[in-house]
Amino acid sequence: MSDTTQTGPVLAADGTPLKRSLARALRMQKIRALMLIAPLLLFVLLTFILPIADMLFRSVENQIVSETLPRTVVALKDWDASSGETPDEAVYAALAEDMKIAAQAKLHTRVGSRLNYEKPGISSLFRKAGRKVKKWDIENDGPFKEKFLDLHKGWGDPDVWRTIQTYSPKFTNGYFLNAADMQKGADGAEMRPENERIYWTLFKRTLFMSLVITTSCIVLGYPVAWILANLPSKSANLLMILVLLPFWTSLLVRTSAWKVMLQQQGVINDTLVWLGLVADDARLVMINNQFGTIVAMTHILLPFMILPMYSVMQTINPTYLRAAKSLGATNWTSFWRVYFPQSVPGIGAGSILVFILSIGYYITPELVGGTKGVFISNRIAFHISTSLNWGLAAALGAILLAVVLLLYYAYDKIVGIDNVKLG
Amino acid sequence: MKLTKMSALVATTALCAPMAMAEDMANELTIVSWGGAYSASQKAAYHDPYTAKTGVKIINDESSAEAVAKIRAMNEAGNVTWDVVDVVASDAMRLCDEGLAEELDHDAVLAAAPDGTPASEDFGNLIVSDCFVPQIVYSTTFGYRTDLVGDTAPTSVCAIFDLDAYPGKRSLQKRPIDNMEWALYCDGVAKDEIYDVLSTPEGIDRGLAKLDTIKDSVVWWTAGAQTPQLLADGEVVMGSTFNGRLFSAIAEQNQPIGMLWDMQSFDLDGWIVPAGLSAERKARAMDYLFFATDTQRLADQAAYISYGPARKSSAPLVGKHATLGIDMAPHMPTDPANAGNVHTYDYEWWADNRDDIDAKFQAWLAK
Repeated sequence: MSDTTQTGPVLAADGTPLKRSLARALRMQKIRALMLIAPLLLFVLLTFILPIADMLFRSVENQIVSETLPRTVVALKDWDASSGETPDEAVYAALAEDMKIAAQAKLHTRVGSRLNYEKPGISSLFRKAGRKVKKWDIENDGPFKEKFLDLHKGWGDPDVWRTIQTYSPKFTNGYFLNAADMQKGADGAEMRPENERIYWTLFKRTLFMSLVITTSCIVLGYPVAWILANLPSKSANLLMILVLLPFWTSLLVRTSAWKVMLQQQGVINDTLVWLGLVADDARLVMINNQFGTIVAMTHILLPFMILPMYSVMQTINPTYLRAAKSLGATNWTSFWRVYFPQSVPGIGAGSILVFILSIGYYITPELVGGTKGVFISNRIAFHISTSLNWGLAAALGAILLAVVLLLYYAYDKIVGIDNVKLG
Repeated sequence: MKLTKMSALVATTALCAPMAMAEDMANELTIVSWGGAYSASQKAAYHDPYTAKTGVKIINDESSAEAVAKIRAMNEAGNVTWDVVDVVASDAMRLCDEGLAEELDHDAVLAAAPDGTPASEDFGNLIVSDCFVPQIVYSTTFGYRTDLVGDTAPTSVCAIFDLDAYPGKRSLQKRPIDNMEWALYCDGVAKDEIYDVLSTPEGIDRGLAKLDTIKDSVVWWTAGAQTPQLLADGEVVMGSTFNGRLFSAIAEQNQPIGMLWDMQSFDLDGWIVPAGLSAERKARAMDYLFFATDTQRLADQAAYISYGPARKSSAPLVGKHATLGIDMAPHMPTDPANAGNVHTYDYEWWADNRDDIDAKFQAWLAK
């Protein structure tokens, strides 16, 4: 009773104001919750988010030129690239000094290979010059313009200097332009020549084929999931093993198995020839093209479609269907109006899984895709491990990531992400 | 002047090196190679004898296909875990350019030939980069199905482009290197002018146009094992791959495959030591290289796999196959009977132009 008559803030049992005490308790709770998820959070941050951020950063980073050739970059600032003439002696002298220091630290060839991505031939220009310049006396050996031109006529090519000038800023959009089949020409960004455009085609193909694969997974997976969900659990479990067995089999084994099946001297063609349906000299071409990739990837990704569909369908109450029928609906109407709408969240979940997995797929297209069935991921892998153009690989990866996020956003707006259920 | 001083210094260090105590060197060695029969041949010819001699434990890693990218990543992370890495010459050049491989003085690090010829002369012009210790000469060449080519077995590389005489599919590596050269050669370009022609945009178009004539009949491969498999299945009539793969399909698996050595493309494979190793590990790596690339060891490897030893002094020592007992010399790409008409691939030129030509090649493939 005395509490009600008291004026001032309400106090907790230990005499602190209740508001503060409550806030403290809540904070403790939050910290405890945070501590519990901290290992996972740190793990995700260190192994997933930071590497991705680092990779995205590489797509614009270009410090190597200005760090290795600082004097040249400054001296080259006022040179007019459109004049069609080589820079003057001051630039060559600056380059000689930079190059000598860089060659002693063995850094000149790195800049060379960086710039070679933009203009073929620069790599050997730097490699060869480094050997000689190391021995020059910067104080007394000038003028350097002639000496450089004596080393290689490439140093008198204004295009080489334009490339150095264009790529001297610390950050560049060059990789992204490259990833969009463009380049930095004399007057800003321009499309690459027709015979060098490839990424745009590959992006379109990747999206198109991923869509086809997702659709065929839906078409093939839906009836299977329906049967699984409606059979008595004993036989459903047996069937489930058939779905899961390929899921547990190595990816490479399944891909190679498709090679054995689909190739021209393979099982399917042999059978068709034996049956007389196909002439021996006109065997079907079913592999090393888009068809092969779609077949193999649909098979590989099918479990990712069936499992979420199955778990959603299991939750659909069969009495609804019976009710619809008892009210006079045909089989089709009761399925289409009552059952199907309830199974859509499963289709949504499966589609997102399959689509996002297939958009980044690498090994199967590489093995069965031939030339027309490869994805953008194959080019990313090429730039990571063979051409070492990590900046370009990062730009391609960033674009792919952006496309996926955009599609995810669109999906959320159209279907609504709340409608996706995994069970 | 400076140079002679340097080499004198290096020479003295080299003289002192064998005298250094064993504890100055690491007792473990991680060696990276290609795996399969190739790693097995290295294990038999180099690793096992080296372990027997020194007691050093050798760990095999089969990552050579991704070696350049991985070394770069390790280097950026500041934690290089490999000691000696087996790479092809063009990769060695890239690693050297990027400062990711150790530059070596070949005469100081490697053993001289038994007659005293210094290593640099014994290897000769196969030392294509300051970081590279050549090990074998291999070639990318063609195999054909003896039962599918009719009565006239192909004798020229241009059979690849002859769909009338040799109908059916052929397999080629999915990259411009070698294919562009073969295309131009078969389009009538003289062998010593190939790279001059290829340096012009018209030359590239011309090469691609020649390849375009057989584009629909080509199966493109990315792993060396694919062509032997395609040949064995009868999927292709002829195809390019590494000569050692064809040797094992012919000699070890008795497949009906014949060798087409014309215009075989010589390439080199060898060792590099990654930059950034600690002094003990580097000393151990150099000690291993000294041992594993001497005249006898290089000849020993040829008993297990049909790749030619990179030293001139090793050639006379090449003997018989370790298990099959057949003479290995006639199966070597360097054998005079096979090396009548070879194509020597220009590393420097490809290092400069690879990215550019590859972009055009891939755009052509995707068309």
